[in-house]
Amino acid sequence: MLKLDNVSKTYKVGAFGSRQLYAVNGVSLEVRDGEVVALIGESGSGKSTIGKMILRLISITSGTISLDGVDISALKGAALKEYYRKVQGVFQDPFSSYNPIFKADRIFQVVHDEFYPQVGAVEWQEKVEHTLREVGLNPEHVLNKYPHQLSGGQLQRFLIARALLLDIKFLVADEIISMLDASTRIDVLNLLAELKKRGLSILFITHDLSLANYISERAMILYRGCVAESGEVGRIFTRPAHPYTQMLLASVPRLDKKWDQKTNVETQADVIGSPKGCVYSSRCPLAFEQCKRSRPLPIEIEPEHWVACWKVTQTGG
Amino acid sequence: MGLQVENLILYYQTLRGDVHALENVTFTIDDGEIMGLAGESGCGKTTLGHGLISLAPPMKYISGKILLDGEALPIWDSRKMDAFRFRKISIIPQYAMNAMNPIRKIGKMIEELLIARKVDYQALLPELKRRLDLVKLPHDVLNMYPIELSGGMKQRMVMVISSLLNPSLLIADEITSALDVSSQKAVAEMLVEFRNQGYCKSALVITHDISILYQLADSILIMYAGQLAEKGPTAEIIRNPRHPYTKLLISSLPEIGVKYAERKLNGIPGKPPLLLDPPAGCRFRERCPLAFDKCYQVPPFVEVSAGHFIACWKETDGHA
Repeated sequence: MLKLDNVSKTYKVGAFGSRQLYAVNGVSLEVRDGEVVALIGESGSGKSTIGKMILRLISITSGTISLDGVDISALKGAALKEYYRKVQGVFQDPFSSYNPIFKADRIFQVVHDEFYPQVGAVEWQEKVEHTLREVGLNPEHVLNKYPHQLSGGQLQRFLIARALLLDIKFLVADEIISMLDASTRIDVLNLLAELKKRGLSILFITHDLSLANYISERAMILYRGCVAESGEVGRIFTRPAHPYTQMLLASVPRLDKKWDQKTNVETQADVIGSPKGCVYSSRCPLAFEQCKRSRPLPIEIEPEHWVACWKVTQTGG
Repeated sequence: MGLQVENLILYYQTLRGDVHALENVTFTIDDGEIMGLAGESGCGKTTLGHGLISLAPPMKYISGKILLDGEALPIWDSRKMDAFRFRKISIIPQYAMNAMNPIRKIGKMIEELLIARKVDYQALLPELKRRLDLVKLPHDVLNMYPIELSGGMKQRMVMVISSLLNPSLLIADEITSALDVSSQKAVAEMLVEFRNQGYCKSALVITHDISILYQLADSILIMYAGQLAEKGPTAEIIRNPRHPYTKLLISSLPEIGVKYAERKLNGIPGKPPLLLDPPAGCRFRERCPLAFDKCYQVPPFVEVSAGHFIACWKETDGHA
C-alpha cells in the first residue's frame, strides 16, 4: 500500500525566493494493493508533481510518502534501487522517453544490466519476448527497431513492458494516453485494466474524466495543489458536489450532448503564496465571503465521498 | 465561394521513394463553415493543413487545384503564397505553446509581425484589444513574455494573432490536444465565436478528437491513410456513420459513464499501412471487417445523400 500523508511541495519564487508557490498543498492519499486511483485536474493542479514525488524525481517539502509502512524519502543507495524494483513510472510523451540514437529495446538491456545481472542472455531474451506479448506486441515486429520506426502506442507499451520486467507493485501512469490516437488509446487503457487484475496498483494521472471513470475505482480531483473532491469514482461522477468538479465534467466533450454553458477560464497564471481562502474562489461562480476568508476542509457528504467546499458544508451536502 | 480543393495529391520525397501522403483529395468548405478534419496519426490530416499554407520540402506538390474565394492558390510556389499567407489564409499551429518568440514581449512581437506585412500596428491596436477581451486575456499580456502565460492562455493568444488580419480561411491544427478539458472547451467556444464575429470566414479544424468536432464543427471529414473516407454534416457523421472506419473510430471513444468492469471498449485492430508503397485499392481494406474483392480498386468518393459523401464499395455499390 502506498500512502501520502499531508504532502506538500513548494517552490520559492520572486526576488531572492521571497515568496512561495504551492504546487501541492497538504494532500493525503492511499492507494491499496491492486487498486487504480485517478488523479484528475487541469494543468497546474499538481497532479504530475505528486507522481514525481512518489517516483523520487523531486523532493518532498513536507509530509511523508510511504510504501508498505516504509518512508520513501529517506531511501538511499541499495534501498532506493530496491524501491525502483517495485515502483516505476510511464510518462506522457513516448517519443521523448527514448534516446533517438539507440534502438528502442535498449531500455530492456539497461534493466537487465542494472537489476538482473545474474540472468543469462538467452533466458532474459525469452523473458523480454514473453513480457512484450503480455502487453500485446509481437516481438518480431518491434524488437531491433529505432524509436522513430515505432508508433506512439507501441512505444508506450514498450515502456509498460519495461516496468513489468521489474515485477513492479506500483505504476505511476502520468497522462500516458493523451498523446495517442483514439483507436490505440483504448487498447493501452485495457492493458492497464488487465494489469490491475493481476494485483498491480496504479496511480492514473489524467485530465480526462471519462478515461478516469473507465478504469479507476477511486479518484481525487485537484485544483492548484489542493484536494477539491475525492472518493469512489461512481459517486463523484454521478453526484459531483464541488463546483470545480462540476465544471470539469461539463467541459468533457461528449458525443451524446453538446456543451451548454460557457466556461469560466483562468485569467491569471499563478497563485503565489498559500492563499487564505479556497483556491478556487476566484473562478467559482458560487463563491461567497467565507470562501475568501478561510480554506474549506474536506467533509464526508456520503460514504466514500469527500468534498472541500464551503457551499456544500453550509447547505449540509 | 469559400475553399475548393480538387484532386489534390501531395507526396513526401524520401531517399527510398515517394510517400503517398495525400491522394486525390476533393472537398469544399463554404463561407461561414467550420469543417472538422479527423483521423488517426499518419492519415494525412496535418499534411493537408500544412500543404494549403506552407508547402515545403520534403513535401512535394504533384497535382490538384485549390481555389480560395474563387482565386487560385499557388501552393506550389512559396513566394507567390506570401501574398496570401496571414492575410487570406492563416494557421494556428499545432504547438502554439512554443509558437511565440520567447525573447520578445508579445506586443512587440505582434508589432514586428505587422510591420513585416506593412500593416499599421497602432491603427490595429484597438481591435487587438477588443479581441483580447473576447478571449478573456488582460491587455497587460502585450507587455509580457510568452513564458509568463499558462498553456491555455498562450493558445488563446496565438489564436488572436493568427486571425488578426481576418483571413478567409483559418486552419486550426490540433489546437485543443495539448490542453486540459476546461481549456479545450474555452478554446473551442472561442473559435466558434471568431467565426460568428467574422474574424475568419471559414475554418478547417484538424484534430484526432472527434468528440471536440461534434461540439464545434458544422461538418466533418474523416481521412484514412491519405484517402478520404467520409464527409458529411456533423450530426449525420456522429449519429449515422456509414464508412466502416468512421463507425469503428466512433465506437472506440470512451464515453463518460462507461466502466471497464461493466463494458469493455475495443480499439481498432491493426494499424495503418505504410504509405511508401501503399496497398492498391481502398487502404482501409486490411483492417476492414467488411472488405471484399472489389476493395482492391479505389472506391470513388460518392454523394449518398445531401452533403454526405462516402468512399466505400460496400455502401455505394448499390447507388453507383
